[in-house]
Amino acid sequence: MTQSAVRPTPASPTPPGGHLLEVRDLHVEFRTTEGVARVINGVTYHLDAGETLAVLGESGSGKSVTAQAIMGILDTPPAHVRSGQILYQGRDLLTHSEEQRRQVRGKEIAMIFQDALSALNPVFPVGWQIGETLRQREGMSRADARRRAVELMDLVKIPAAAKRLGDYPHQFSGGMRQRVMIAMALALDPKVLIADEPTTALDVTVQAQIMDLLADLRRDLNMAMILITHDLGVVAGVADRIAVMYAGRIVEHADVRSLYRAPAHPYTKGLLESIPRLDVRGQALSTIKGLPPNLMRIPSGCPFHPRCPYVQQVCVDVVPHDLVLGDGRTSACHFAQEVRDDSAR
Amino acid sequence: MSDFETVAATEDQAARRGVSGEPATPDRIGAPQRARSLAGDAWRDLRRNPIFWVSLALVVLAAAMAAVPSLFTANDPRDCLLSRQHAAPSGGAIFGYDFQGCDVYARAVYGTRASLLVGALAALATGVIALIVGMLAGYFGGWVDAVLSRVIDIVLGIPLLLAAIVLLKRLSTSSDNVRLFAVIFVLAVLGWTTAARVIRSSVITAKEQDYVSAARMLGARNGRIMWRHILPNALAPAIVVLTIALGSFIAAEATLSFLGIGLKAPTISWGQDIDTGRIHMREAATPLIVPSAFLALTVLAFIMLGDAIRDAFDPKLR
Repeated sequence: MTQSAVRPTPASPTPPGGHLLEVRDLHVEFRTTEGVARVINGVTYHLDAGETLAVLGESGSGKSVTAQAIMGILDTPPAHVRSGQILYQGRDLLTHSEEQRRQVRGKEIAMIFQDALSALNPVFPVGWQIGETLRQREGMSRADARRRAVELMDLVKIPAAAKRLGDYPHQFSGGMRQRVMIAMALALDPKVLIADEPTTALDVTVQAQIMDLLADLRRDLNMAMILITHDLGVVAGVADRIAVMYAGRIVEHADVRSLYRAPAHPYTKGLLESIPRLDVRGQALSTIKGLPPNLMRIPSGCPFHPRCPYVQQVCVDVVPHDLVLGDGRTSACHFAQEVRDDSAR
Repeated sequence: MSDFETVAATEDQAARRGVSGEPATPDRIGAPQRARSLAGDAWRDLRRNPIFWVSLALVVLAAAMAAVPSLFTANDPRDCLLSRQHAAPSGGAIFGYDFQGCDVYARAVYGTRASLLVGALAALATGVIALIVGMLAGYFGGWVDAVLSRVIDIVLGIPLLLAAIVLLKRLSTSSDNVRLFAVIFVLAVLGWTTAARVIRSSVITAKEQDYVSAARMLGARNGRIMWRHILPNALAPAIVVLTIALGSFIAAEATLSFLGIGLKAPTISWGQDIDTGRIHMREAATPLIVPSAFLALTVLAFIMLGDAIRDAFDPKLR
C-alpha cells in the first residue's frame, strides 16, 4: 500500500541548503466512530524560497489537511499523523515539542483561511486583532502595535487604514476582510505563506484583486507561498509549480506551463477539459464522471480508476508509482506518457 | 447566515457609512465615525426595547431598596405592637399590619436586602464555578470533558431542596451572617450546573471557529486563546443564564426561608413573611400578598432583563 518513501522531486533540483519546506511521504488519517478515513496517503512536495506552489484538488482531496499538518493545527483527535516528515529548513516539525512548533507558527509559516469573516474574531476591532500578535510575540507596546497595524493595513491596500483600525470585522466587505486576514498573517514577517483557498468565498472581480495582491506581496516581501485552491483559473497567472491532489495523494506534479500545455494524468486532463471556454459555443461542458472516492474505502490500485477513461486491468490491481517524465515532471499514472502525448495533440 | 445575506448586510452598512462598493477610495469615506462595537450594537438594540427599560427600572428599584430601605419607608420593620394586629392601613403603613403588628410594607422593603444579596452573591459564585468548569470541559475535551461532565450530571442529580435542607439543618443555631453565607454557599454549590453546561457548549462552538485556528496559526498560547478569543464569544449566553439564575436563586432563598431552614429572624426576608402570612391568610391576606408580590416582581424583573440582554447580545442575531 505504502509507496516508496522518498520520491524524486520534479521541476527543480534540490538547492545546496535543502528545500525551505518539504513534506515527505505524509500519511494522515481521521479516526472516527464510523471508521478510519485515510485523508493523506503519502504526500510529498517541497517549496523553495521565493516560489509559489499551487496545490490543486477538489474538496476532500486532502489539500487543506496537508496545510493544517504543516501548521500543526490539525484537530487531534480525530486527526492523526501516521507517518512522514515535514521539514522546515531541514528540521522535522513533527518531532518538535508543542512550544517549538508554536515558535514556528506565524513567525516562520503563516496561513490565511478561506472564510475571512469566520477567521476574524467578531468581538474585537480589526486593528486590535492585527496588533495582538505583535504585542504577544514581539512584545510591542500598544502604540507601536497600532502603528504597525496601520502599516500592515496599508500594505494590503485597505483604504483609509488609520480610520478603519477601530472597525469591527462585520463592518468590512468580503474582500476587505480577506485583506485584514492577510495583514494578520503577515504581521510577523513569515517566510512561508500558506493561502488556503483565499478567494473561494469572494466574487470574481474581488478574487482577481486578492490574487494580484498576494502575488505582489509574495514578490515584494520575498516569501514562498503555497496556494491551495480548486480553481484552475486562479492558479495560472500566479503559481510556478502545480501539485494536483486526488484522494490524499499527489497525482501530478509539474511546472505550470507544461501542465497546462499537456497534462500527464487523466484527472488533470479531465479538470482542464471541464473549464468552460468562451471561444467554444454550443457544446456540452465535459465533466469527469462519477464522484471522488469515500476516503474510508479508497479503491484498489489507482484510486482514480473508477472514473478514468484510460482504465485498464493494471489500474485496478497495481498502485501506480510516480512516473518521472522527460522534463522533470511526475505523474502517478500507468499510462502517463500516453496521456501526455494525447493531450499535447 | 448565507453568503448572500452577509454581502447584502455589508453593503447596507457601507451605504450607511457613506461608502458605496469596493474598493472604497479614501475620499469617499465620510467624516470619521465612531466604530460600533458589539456592546455598542447591543446597547442600540436595548435602548429601543421597552421590556429592557421596565425590567431595568424594577431591578434598580429593588437594588435601591436593598441599599437604603429607609428611603422608601419611614417605619421600622421591627417596631411591632400586638395591639395593631391585622390593623388597617394608617400613616406610612400603606398595606396595614401583620399578625405580629408589624408594618407589612416596611417589612417587605427591608426584606429586599437579604433576597438580593443572596441572589446576587449566589449568581456570582455560580458564575465563577460554571466558568471554570465549562471552560475547561469545553476547551480541552477528551477525558477532562468526560470527568467534568459526569460531575455536572451527578450534581444535577441532587435535588436542590433536599440537599439544602440536609446541609442547612446543621446550622440551626448559627449567627445571622453565617446563615446568610451558608444559604449562598448551598445555592451556588448546587446551582452552577446549568450555567456550566451552557458555557461548555458555547465554548465548544467557539472553539471550532476559524478565528481560533487563526489565533493558533499565529502562535497564541492555550491560555490566551481561552481568555481572549473564546471567552468573549461564549459569555453572552452565560450572562443570560446567570441573570435568570439570579431570579431563581431569590425564589429559592424565599423557599428555604419559608421552610424555616433559610434565613431566620431577626433577619427579615420575604420567605419568612410569606410563611407567617400563609398561616393567618384567612384573617388578613395582605401580609401574604405583599411580600409575595415583591418576590414575584423581582424574580420576573431579572428574568425579563436576562431575556432582553440575550436578544441584544447574541452575535448570531447580528
